[in-house]
Amino acid sequence: MKKLHRIFTVIIFLFLYIPMILLCIGSFSSGSDLAHIHGLTLHQYKEFFADGVLIRLLLNSLIVAVVSSVIATIIGTFAAVGIHSMKPRLRSLVMTATNIPMTNPDIVTGVSLALLFAFVGRLIHTNQVLGFATLLLAHITFNLPYVILSVMPKLSQMDPNLEEAALDLGCTPVQAFFKVVLHEIMPGILSGALMAFTMSLDDFVISYFVYGPEFVTLPIEIYNYTKKPLPSKIYALFTVLFVFILLVMIIMNIVQAKDEKNSARRQSLKRRKELN
Amino acid sequence: MKNKLVSAPYLVWMMIFIIIPLGIVVYFAFTDSITGSFTFNNIAKIGTYLPIFLNSIWLALIAAVICLIIGYPVALFIAHSKPSTQRFLILLVMLPMCMSFLLRTLAWVALLEDTGIINSFLRKIGIGPLPLIRTNGAVILGMVYNYLPYMILPLYTVIIKINPLLIEAAQDLGCDGAAVFRKVTLPLSTPGIISGFTMVFVPAVSTFYISKKLGTPSTALIGDVIEAQFKAAYNPNLGAALSLILMILIFICMGVMNKFSYEDESMVTI
Repeated sequence: MKKLHRIFTVIIFLFLYIPMILLCIGSFSSGSDLAHIHGLTLHQYKEFFADGVLIRLLLNSLIVAVVSSVIATIIGTFAAVGIHSMKPRLRSLVMTATNIPMTNPDIVTGVSLALLFAFVGRLIHTNQVLGFATLLLAHITFNLPYVILSVMPKLSQMDPNLEEAALDLGCTPVQAFFKVVLHEIMPGILSGALMAFTMSLDDFVISYFVYGPEFVTLPIEIYNYTKKPLPSKIYALFTVLFVFILLVMIIMNIVQAKDEKNSARRQSLKRRKELN
Repeated sequence: MKNKLVSAPYLVWMMIFIIIPLGIVVYFAFTDSITGSFTFNNIAKIGTYLPIFLNSIWLALIAAVICLIIGYPVALFIAHSKPSTQRFLILLVMLPMCMSFLLRTLAWVALLEDTGIINSFLRKIGIGPLPLIRTNGAVILGMVYNYLPYMILPLYTVIIKINPLLIEAAQDLGCDGAAVFRKVTLPLSTPGIISGFTMVFVPAVSTFYISKKLGTPSTALIGDVIEAQFKAAYNPNLGAALSLILMILIFICMGVMNKFSYEDESMVTI
């Protein structure tokens, strides 16, 4: 029974990973497409690194992901602090609204933002409203809930006495926030920021509705390729990204492990104090 | 404390980019695309698209049920392994979520197409090419493949929180393995089941890429129709009306599903 369970789990993981392994193998193949794998070559990598267009697209994706996740992290962290100190009724109202982009299908969020930008465009009499700015605004919007939802639990886990102690010892509220509160909720902020970054990097559906022709990101270009045959160097890019994201996730994992260790230590300290 | 004030930028942001856009969707849904006057025509057109709506819901439901059936044992397995193994396996579950779902879906095209990897293998062992791609089955496979991690994660989160003392108590009271699962583990993981189900169902019902690559043009999903209104046919008013109906449908589905849960904290976030 136990063995069967293990075999089943392995099969499901294979199911999840075979297409990705195929893409990675495709990056080393000299065949014309994924279905025809031939010989080993690094040609795709050479072509990918020589191709200014693909690198440009990747850079565009990274720029949007970095800028939007940084802005979302700053606004979202302060938002979480504010929401945390709200009265329960107001708090649940704001959290319901925060959850809207999470529960709505991406296509509806994309459509609603596209209509908003079209509306604004009509107000200021321009047809060229879509571009980098609209893409960035959309990404910040769907990143914010991830930051808020990962900072909120850290705020409620925090010992409220810590902040009061800082105030008693002469900190101004601002100092207390930056010296004590921020430090306490940092793991939540970091994991929220990383989650926002990866979500933004891979977003296609929402971007598709709000991007402008002069600023295209990688997923949009891949989608637009569907009319033409996909150039094989894309697989080299996939493999590079695969390794990169793996590294990001390992870092995220270490941060979380550290955080868990810290809170475990704090709990044992507390328990010891109670025993005394 | 002026703590509340620091959330002001976010509240303004939320108003402009979440609440107002939804209002604009409603506005577009009830106005004519040419004259801009109030009309029910867009909403009334839902009759034409009813089969597509039903097909989308049907396929997404099947995908969500399959995800639950194959995701639950995996979540259980992860939750019952050593902490270090758990961390590694969860990383393996989360990694596909961050990789380009467009390319991963294209890999399935290479696997399933008539001259693809599976069919050329089948031809070698003497079985003719099977119609694998451009079927509803392929669309469901694409949905299950893309959204399975969204089922496993919330299930894992609830299973890991189940108090082991409860399981011990059930064993002490004479339950065997199957009975412990049926009477303790399964009921206690209801919030995870509901949240996983919605996290698979919502993106699956509104997808337009998976159906485009793995399905047939004749069995378009509602996402395809909405996308076409904005990118090809350019009738944003009809697109807005369909989006509004999709949103309300999902709202109703979630309401029904939440009825099944007896706990309030049914939303488990990753």
